[in-house]
Amino acid sequence: MGGHDHSHGHNHSHGHGHPHAAPASPLAERVKSLEALLVAKKLVDPDSLNALIDTYEHKVGPRNGAKVVARAWSDPAYKERLLRDATTAIAEFGFTGRQGEDMVVVENTPAIHNMVVCTLCSCYPWPVLGLPPVWYKSAPYRSRAVMDPRGVLREFGTVLGDEVEVRVWDSTAELRYLVLPERPAGTEGFSEEQLAELVTRDSMIGVTRAKTPESVP
Amino acid sequence: MNGAHDMGGMHGMGPIDTDPNDPLFHAEWDKRAFAITLALGFHGRWNIDTSRHARENRHPADYLGSSYYEIWFKGVERLAVETGLVSAEELATGEPAAISQTPPPDPARVAAILAKGASAKLDDDVPAKFNAGTKVRVLDITTPGHTRVPRYCRGRIGTIDRDHGVYVFPDTHAHGLGKKPQHCYSVRFGGRDLWGDAAPSNDTIYVDLWDDYLEAAP
Repeated sequence: MGGHDHSHGHNHSHGHGHPHAAPASPLAERVKSLEALLVAKKLVDPDSLNALIDTYEHKVGPRNGAKVVARAWSDPAYKERLLRDATTAIAEFGFTGRQGEDMVVVENTPAIHNMVVCTLCSCYPWPVLGLPPVWYKSAPYRSRAVMDPRGVLREFGTVLGDEVEVRVWDSTAELRYLVLPERPAGTEGFSEEQLAELVTRDSMIGVTRAKTPESVP
Repeated sequence: MNGAHDMGGMHGMGPIDTDPNDPLFHAEWDKRAFAITLALGFHGRWNIDTSRHARENRHPADYLGSSYYEIWFKGVERLAVETGLVSAEELATGEPAAISQTPPPDPARVAAILAKGASAKLDDDVPAKFNAGTKVRVLDITTPGHTRVPRYCRGRIGTIDRDHGVYVFPDTHAHGLGKKPQHCYSVRFGGRDLWGDAAPSNDTIYVDLWDDYLEAAP
């Protein structure tokens, strides 16, 4: 494992926000070979590998977080619990565990806009959002979110007035952050299910707002 | 360590690809690399701080030139050999020389293991050095070992926003030197205190920092 073993010739386009171009086969072969070795040594069970992938591809994802947000929009007592002790309030839905053991929820208001980053790696609240998107893990986002948050937000199409305070949460420890976006106007009388439809992954990272009812067919 | 992973405040990384429909995995191998990393971690031979250090402690060109799950894979390969789960020869040849005597968890237990998680929060009764509202300065720490102080806030003055309680200290935990229980805080910095007067006056940056990283502001 030397410092320079990326001589496998794949065509990354680094510096352009695309560090995930298709890998060359040597890396795929290395992964395959290690998996086979670990299975042969009875260190991992292939069914566990499949279960892990299935969990985060199909079961745990941002629909979980959307339910939490929709309830907070609908139920002031729940919102109060969520902002005071996010871990416990989120566990009311059964959303617990790995990379969400200790949660903090921060609330967007007309005067305050929160966004979340992990400049050191890619810390992200798995139980409520699943695995992070590529851009969240990428050098452009990690380098600039703390230094130029308003510029980053503009790239996501989110333009804030100069009077709005921007709060950036750098997840450098084991706390995991979820943004409670502002409830969109025109949603009076919406059920929690209808509200959850408006809550996107990116709005819970804090780079966009929730969808408006007009934007949803 | 002052590694390439510590990206906050670097220039030249280009625009963000904001595609909301970008898939979580881009190839079969990155799914498998992700799952291998978690599954091998079930043996408890390393902790999250060890595994972060294994990913970060590499040549900057290697770090920046690798895709995300490629870094994970290189990290888990290294940890597997360093902890003796796999020998260097087995890794090189792909041929198992010995079968593990400690079986992996039953696949039926995977969901429960994930749902339980492993909190780094501790019950130890350790006094907090600082209270909310106190001004602190981040120590100007330079260490070749693992640390979670981003370079961009070292030496800067901020305010304790909230005390998260007592947590495992990564700088020791990553190197087998114990949990060193201590308080971890959210520390609030003004954008101008980090980036100079060109920054907007109402940008604030919150960084989670432990007692050992902080001193009372002069």
